[in-house]
Amino acid sequence: MIRRAILKAIAIPGHQIPFGAREMPLPYGWGTGGIQVTASILGPSDVLKVIDQGADDTTNAVSIRRFFARTAGVATTTRTAEATVIQTRHRIPERPLREDQILVFQVPMPEPLFRLEPRLAETRRLHALADYSLAQVKLYEDIAQQGESASSYNHPVLVNGRYLMSPSPIPGFDNPKLDRNPALLLFGAGREKKIYAVPPYTPVKSLDFDDHPFAPMRAPHPCALCGSTAHYLDEIVTDDRGGRMFVCSDTDACADAAAGAPR
Amino acid sequence: MSPVLAIEGLGKGFTLHLQGGLSFPVLRGETLALMPGECVALAGPSGAGKSTLLRCVAGNYGASEGRILIRHRGAMHDLAAADARLMREIRAETLGHVSQFLRVIPRVPALDIVAAPLLARGAGRAEARARAAALLARLNLPERLHHLPPTTFSGGEQQRVNLARGFIAPNTVLLLDEPTASLDARNREVVVALIAEAKRAGTAILGIFHDTEVRDRVADRLHAVEPLEPAA
Amino acid sequence: MSPLLEAEGLVLRFGALRALDDVRLSLWPGEVVAVVGESGSGKSSLLRALSGLVRPEAGRVLYRDAAGEALDVHALSEAARRRIARSEWGHMHQNPRDGLRMGVSAGANIGERLMAAGARHYGSIRAAAAEWMARVELDPARMDDPPRHFSGGMQQRLQIARCLVTRPRLVFMDEPTGGLDVSVQARLLDLIRALVEELGLAVLLVTHDIAAARLLAHRIVVMRQGRIVEEGLADRVLDDPQHAYTQLLVSSVLAA
Repeated sequence: MIRRAILKAIAIPGHQIPFGAREMPLPYGWGTGGIQVTASILGPSDVLKVIDQGADDTTNAVSIRRFFARTAGVATTTRTAEATVIQTRHRIPERPLREDQILVFQVPMPEPLFRLEPRLAETRRLHALADYSLAQVKLYEDIAQQGESASSYNHPVLVNGRYLMSPSPIPGFDNPKLDRNPALLLFGAGREKKIYAVPPYTPVKSLDFDDHPFAPMRAPHPCALCGSTAHYLDEIVTDDRGGRMFVCSDTDACADAAAGAPR
Repeated sequence: MSPVLAIEGLGKGFTLHLQGGLSFPVLRGETLALMPGECVALAGPSGAGKSTLLRCVAGNYGASEGRILIRHRGAMHDLAAADARLMREIRAETLGHVSQFLRVIPRVPALDIVAAPLLARGAGRAEARARAAALLARLNLPERLHHLPPTTFSGGEQQRVNLARGFIAPNTVLLLDEPTASLDARNREVVVALIAEAKRAGTAILGIFHDTEVRDRVADRLHAVEPLEPAA
Repeated sequence: MSPLLEAEGLVLRFGALRALDDVRLSLWPGEVVAVVGESGSGKSSLLRALSGLVRPEAGRVLYRDAAGEALDVHALSEAARRRIARSEWGHMHQNPRDGLRMGVSAGANIGERLMAAGARHYGSIRAAAAEWMARVELDPARMDDPPRHFSGGMQQRLQIARCLVTRPRLVFMDEPTGGLDVSVQARLLDLIRALVEELGLAVLLVTHDIAAARLLAHRIVVMRQGRIVEEGLADRVLDDPQHAYTQLLVSSVLAA
């Protein structure tokens, strides 16, 4: 049933497909939607990578990876280049993805119009009519009130010129990676019971204005560990006297860069 | 030459539904024709229905019976049967009406009230305003008043605005209801001159003139309106 | 010339109540028609049926669009009807809450219809919003303020700007002056009158305010118990009312 929803989602890029989300052995908000999608697509030969905010070593990433290693018996990795399926929360890996890879996003709130139109039936009607002026109004308002688009993450995108989609809470920095990505991108929302997809090479455009083009932001520092000036950075508070450092959020890419062997 | 306005067997009565359906006739069988350039004054005692007749022609009252034919865009049209759109078109292009009292529109300056009929006939705004200003000046309305809404004007000042509005654009038929009632001698002369000019331009004028001296100077003939005895 | 809007045989019932009972009405380009009557006379139902918001049980509403094509309003797809409602029509509500987004700025309220029509240039949208604020006598310096900081009269003027920014051909107005102070009403009516004249708009105005109808309308339609009991030239309906109900309505109003 989940596979059928995934097929339908791939057939209608960006459109949210309802599915019967199962009871999961972990609470909502821990990636139940992503886990169900991952579970339904994993095959014996797959190699799984799981990241949380770009990191392979957080409790959540480690737990999910171990869960699939135990239950499905699949191989796991922390290397982006070696993975065939990558489950992610809030990031897209820095290393460009390939056609033989699938990226599975954990999605807390799949409805991009959620904060703008509280009535769910009305949001469905707006999607059906491709009426996204509300989202554009929100963008206008952000610029008018704050000078620039306020959504530094989860910035809405238009998929294949038709459906408005929440990219999940990835930083705006990652939005350009959605556009015409060679990998299949699957999105699972467990609590909201929705699956949606961006098939390989699908055009994905971040909402913007002609005279205020979408401009992804990145902290203006090199990574304190690998020195990269291209990767997305996390700000880490190092002591209680205001000390802080900026390091790559993608631990695999950081390690590659530090080893001086980006492949 | 054929008439531009032909009233045939015009009757008008009122039924007051709030007074138990009380019905009373005011006009019956009025018949009258006006040639271009002709001025006819309605005569008769107060309450005889002169104003009612004028209002029927203006379309402000609906005729109960008979026809009111007017020449509009080269053809005769029956005002008694005209729908609202045709009536508006005729008012805009063919039929002028200077009522006794100006219906003041809040915040619209005197100049624009006067210029409106010219604009409705397709004149440019600047030209319409210039001609409105000239006409108001001729009627001795001080220039400082031109740009004010006439809400606070005196009765005489309001009447001059109303007259200027009536005379500014050429009409086939012009209705005048007591045009000199609250004017001083100097402005009365201006109105007499305006009427004479309109007649020379071919406008047929149907009016009520309380001032018999003015009436005799402008009217070519009188049409008597007699009070009706209430029907038995 | 043909009518912009033509309705015939409209019937709408709420239980035993006949909100619309065989109503026929047409509206011509540039014409302002006021529908007057007391609460429950069916005038609001008529506006809703004409603008496609409620589907009548019987009858038909034809709208002639900018391309000259006659469209059956109730046979249109919702997408087509919405597109017309947002480009060729405007809708002004009695309660500004129904016509404005209270949570976003005045400028965004005006800009929304432009964005819905595909405008994607922030600077041009703001310029249009500023121009329209000035035209409805609102200070463009307040375009980033939300409408809830505006007075009732200002909110209504903002609604006008929001309606007119896309240059509609037909505007539906539902008691636009309801709930406003008398002095505020006068200013609003006058603004509406001037804009309607300048832009040559066709307006269907639903009101119980006879003075507003006299000031704005070319033609008046009197409704009672779901039926049109009288209609005609505005000044004639008010100065020479024929139907008992119209006489009652007119006599209930202080000289305006």
